[in-house]
Amino acid sequence: MTRHIPPHIQVNGQREPLAAVMLDALLRGKGVVPGARGVAVALNGEVVPSGRWADTALAEGDDLEIVHPFSGG
Amino acid sequence: MSDSFEIAGRRLTSRLFIGTAGYPNRQVMLDAITASGAEVVTVSIRRISLEGYAESMVDLLGSDYVLLPNTAGCSTAREAVLTARLAREALDTNWIKLEVIGDRETLHPDVEELRRATEELVADGFTVLPYCNDDPVSCRKLADAGAAAVMPLGSPIGSGLGIANPHAIELICARSSVPVILDAGIGTASDATLALELGCSAVLLNTAVAKARDPRRMAAAMRAAVEAGYAARGAGRIPKRTYAQASSPQLGLIGT
Repeated sequence: MTRHIPPHIQVNGQREPLAAVMLDALLRGKGVVPGARGVAVALNGEVVPSGRWADTALAEGDDLEIVHPFSGG
Repeated sequence: MSDSFEIAGRRLTSRLFIGTAGYPNRQVMLDAITASGAEVVTVSIRRISLEGYAESMVDLLGSDYVLLPNTAGCSTAREAVLTARLAREALDTNWIKLEVIGDRETLHPDVEELRRATEELVADGFTVLPYCNDDPVSCRKLADAGAAAVMPLGSPIGSGLGIANPHAIELICARSSVPVILDAGIGTASDATLALELGCSAVLLNTAVAKARDPRRMAAAMRAAVEAGYAARGAGRIPKRTYAQASSPQLGLIGT
């Protein structure tokens, strides 16, 4: 019998179990609501505009970056 | 200051760009930025803390200033290009202060990666402002690659050493086809004045104000400094001489 390994993804450099199938749901679970000002997301190295969060599916091994403007010089 | 200048068709009145990092607290930062008179304010693009939202720079500054995101911390063209694209999405701007660092200790730019990233981002519709070496050839190549301005370093980031090679900066300004913005190394007001006297269109600084004993006062000093430098540049300095030349008339001296 093979052991079932739940799918994982990488979020901001941290590996974690995949908690949602669609990107918008995963972000919402992290407190990032659609239309949040200043937040940008890249999936596997490509920016996903916020208008496409709802129809972007996530899969095992995906690499997600969630960023915002911070202090800087 | 009366005369304005242009970057990629955008007219700017203040010749001081200021950063948002390292202030003692939020209020001091806001006061210092106000005192600086800057229109363009730099921010970085960082991973959000998933444990809770930090205060948004967009909400804090976005309605009053032109936010210029940087790619600080990137060490390859690839990282910088993705950071720029995320910045464009986050801030709805195609302006990017492009930093590609080649050495962690000196934070000197990696010229090859910088040029590669500039080309790629220009092709993607960005207004690219690369932080670069104080080398006329690097600056020319970046302008040829489509950079909207070039931002040579005065001296290493955060060092406060001022303009280490004023001759190089003057040469870059004399020969550049795009505005030159002195970036990095400013320690005090006279450094900013010198940059404008050498022909720079503007100065970008952060640490010199944020880490001053009184950031608000230093920000005001920097504002006056770029205005003084710009006015002096326009007025035209006298040539330097090796020996003295009396300024009082030499005729009618008593006792001759």
